[in-house]
Amino acid sequence: MTLTEPSRALDEIKIGGMGASRKRVEDNRFIRGKGHYIDDVVLPGMLHMEILRSPVAHARIRSIDTSAAWDVPGVRLVLTGEMMATRNLAWMPTLSYDTQAVLATDKVRFQGQEVACVIADDPYIAKDACEAIVVEYEQLPVIVNPTQALAADAPIIRDDKQGQHDNVCFNWEVGDKDGTDRAFAEADVVSRIRMHYPRSHPSPLETCGSVADFDRATGKLTVYMTTQAPHIVRAAVALIAELPEHLIRIVSPDLGGGFGNKVPVYPGYVMSILASILTERPVKWIEDRTSNLISTGFGRDVYLTGEMALRQDGKILGVRMHTDSDHGAFFGDAQPSKFKIGLLHSAFSCYDIPTAHLTARGVYTNKAPGGVAYRCSFRVTEAMFFQERMVQAAAEDLGIDQAEFRRMNFVRDDDFPHRTPFGFLTDSGQYAKCLQVGLDAIDYEGFRREQAEAAKNGRLLGIGISCMTEPLGAGNSREYDILGIKMFDSAELRVHMTGKAILRTGAKTQGQGHETTWAQIVAHELGLPADDIVVEEGDTDTAPFGMGTYASRSTPVAGAAVAMAARKVRAKARKLAAHLLEVSEEDVEWELGRFYVRSAPDRGVTIQECAMAAYSNMPDGLEPGLEANAYYDPPNLTWPFGCYIVTVEVDPVTGVWDVLRVVAVDDCGVRINPMIVEGQIMGGLTEAYAMSSMQFITFDAEGNCIGSNFMDYLLPTAWETPGYELHEVVTPCPHHPIGAKGIGECATVGGPAAFVNAVMDALKGHGVRNVDMPLLPDRVHEALTTRADVSGAPPIRTDS
Amino acid sequence: MSTLFEEIPPAPADGVPVRRVTVTVNGRERTADVEPRLLLAHLLRQGFRLTGTHTGCDTTNCGACTVLVDGLPVKSCTMLAVQADGHEVTTVEGLGGPSELHPLQEGFKDEHGLQCGFCTPGMMLAAKALLAENPRPTEDEVRFALSGNLCRCTGYQNIVKAVLWAAEKMNGGDQ
Repeated sequence: MTLTEPSRALDEIKIGGMGASRKRVEDNRFIRGKGHYIDDVVLPGMLHMEILRSPVAHARIRSIDTSAAWDVPGVRLVLTGEMMATRNLAWMPTLSYDTQAVLATDKVRFQGQEVACVIADDPYIAKDACEAIVVEYEQLPVIVNPTQALAADAPIIRDDKQGQHDNVCFNWEVGDKDGTDRAFAEADVVSRIRMHYPRSHPSPLETCGSVADFDRATGKLTVYMTTQAPHIVRAAVALIAELPEHLIRIVSPDLGGGFGNKVPVYPGYVMSILASILTERPVKWIEDRTSNLISTGFGRDVYLTGEMALRQDGKILGVRMHTDSDHGAFFGDAQPSKFKIGLLHSAFSCYDIPTAHLTARGVYTNKAPGGVAYRCSFRVTEAMFFQERMVQAAAEDLGIDQAEFRRMNFVRDDDFPHRTPFGFLTDSGQYAKCLQVGLDAIDYEGFRREQAEAAKNGRLLGIGISCMTEPLGAGNSREYDILGIKMFDSAELRVHMTGKAILRTGAKTQGQGHETTWAQIVAHELGLPADDIVVEEGDTDTAPFGMGTYASRSTPVAGAAVAMAARKVRAKARKLAAHLLEVSEEDVEWELGRFYVRSAPDRGVTIQECAMAAYSNMPDGLEPGLEANAYYDPPNLTWPFGCYIVTVEVDPVTGVWDVLRVVAVDDCGVRINPMIVEGQIMGGLTEAYAMSSMQFITFDAEGNCIGSNFMDYLLPTAWETPGYELHEVVTPCPHHPIGAKGIGECATVGGPAAFVNAVMDALKGHGVRNVDMPLLPDRVHEALTTRADVSGAPPIRTDS
Repeated sequence: MSTLFEEIPPAPADGVPVRRVTVTVNGRERTADVEPRLLLAHLLRQGFRLTGTHTGCDTTNCGACTVLVDGLPVKSCTMLAVQADGHEVTTVEGLGGPSELHPLQEGFKDEHGLQCGFCTPGMMLAAKALLAENPRPTEDEVRFALSGNLCRCTGYQNIVKAVLWAAEKMNGGDQ
């Protein structure tokens, strides 16, 4: 062992550490078409599964005749609810304390519900055989919105549940009712708004699927599956299928996007598992797009009513909110168990408001199950949309400029940690600064002049602002659990003798670039070049237990665990360094990549030399090897801030609106990889634009899904999507080991209100307070011509 | 019973009508016996194990399955394999050489033009067709040319930059 020459600490950017816009390592396979997605999994002897779905939204099943399907050559198995029931698998628990039918036994409760499935030698045969199944339905009245669901004579959708005598799925409340009532009694002005956040579908470009492989000889079940949370699935399979957990291996391969759509456990997964057990062959199920759109986890579908108590000078005194959320036939999302409407009560966290009260009611309808957090931290998207629409309405009622109204109510920079009106504790931020950066970037005053000038010529220009802080990175474990499993996360770092390393975490990347950024955190903590660290996720046999990737929790929780594991490795390396340097541990100092003797900085050893010593030259009494794992239970959520400002021009004749500019100012604390952070923000802004302009799933009166393919469910292309101007402010998170906050969902959460506020600003003076998203040209046109609000609630007419 | 996805031999099972197709895929002539209803995307993926061609929507909207047929972009999820008989098909696997990357592949990595990677092969092939026809496109021309390809992750801005990066490089510019 030779001691290194004296050197300064490594240049962190050069080794791909924190702050480096390091090019992504996962791209090397994706740009070559060598990604390994679920449909790329091929196992010897593999069979193919296809699901028969209900064409009607609510009906009693009179009979299912599968005989013709069995007769199709190449068919190996046909499953119905009746057969699932013999194994106690016709129903399964959801991740939010409800139950969901795997295959229908009594009734179908939404269009697209799973009725039977066929397992065959190839997918074409399986599809043929599905068409040969004859199902007799007795149709029942259909419910497609909360008003219908809560009507006195409404049919009971969930008559399978004992004690369920109505269509209410839950009632929940939070906040201070009496205090809020007092605030309203003292108010000078009360502002009111009512809106519907439409049902939307995350639609990752890859649909869901699984390949189940049960090995009778070993008893081992391996399931390749499109899941954002493989360990939760392992736990669920152990509980549902009563298989021993150590013989269940869930592998989540490359995911073609997730956005919350790949969090729930879907019936198709369960069917493919049972089919593999019964056939003793691997069984593949790949969802087609229509199945994905009509049966898997949607987002939103919340009716929001709110009131804001205001003092004449602009001070917000209190807020009252009520939500009616439509969860479809089964409450099928993943939800922290203590919070029935997710973290919707994180609304108004960036404003200094003394008191607030929220009541939330969930209802069952004859629509696809869910209420998943579509690219958001458990319904904060609805929360922040509502917040910023309410704020704009209040500013308008008071006649105060919208930017000024926000500024005067923001939580001040020196007021952290700040207790929000609903009891969260926000950690840090520079809200007024972010807003100012945004206003300067868009030239707010200049635009107002331009707007006034344009109005003289009958042109409608508008500017919309949306500011928000959101709670990212559940848990802490005191408050956050799913099915009782606490929401911590994990990392395991193993440094090999040559100083190369493998890192595994309990998170699961879906495009966020974990393979790149996690290595950067290790580089930051240990001075190992990021290129020397391979990152692996998604295999429950090798990865430490974690709660997965959703709700922007990877960096706040798993990312913190990575730093903590690396610090444990460094602590052990320090002992090895002391041994190599022949000094006591207290005399050893650390600089990036190197330990040295405090009194003689020239004498040092690199982290790589310590790694070699861990396998070849450890001191007596020190355990060999250089590895560590860390389970990180965050002390709090992280609270990033976003300010989004949009300008638009509305065509007064057609109602078509064009985006002129989009400015985004994000403060997500310390940025690990600025390039990836900006990529996340631009993706999020596009979802925000999509939801405000075109993207929604609605239903007609018979429960037919209007938006069951990409011809009807509009997603923005490169052509419509606006360009983005990004700015940053950095307020390090005070409780996160590397000062980082979540970012993946900020723009999706905060963005929609900026677009809608901009269009509503353009329509100011036309007697319109609210047009429900998406702001389709016909809705804007209707608002302009009728001078009235436009509701987007289903059912929509399809007969005209 | 049909074993649709094997290159010949083996012989197809009794009763299943098949057609023999010969397709030049990424410069290599390949032959298969296929059911007339087999989609080109499935022939490429399951038959030839070229899994870089993805299917995302089944209705020609998302473009994840885009390949080049005789140099023109085609959504292979709605083209029958038999229609490709006698034609040349380029998939993402044929984009770069064995050791070097196509400028588009470099550009997509350099400009962070991908996240989950599912749309990327189709995007690059649609872009390749654009650059063959229009080597110096404007940003708007790139956006229009890619409007048949959906991406759910990036918001397109970096995809557009990636294509312009590649155009610059292919025109001899120094990156």
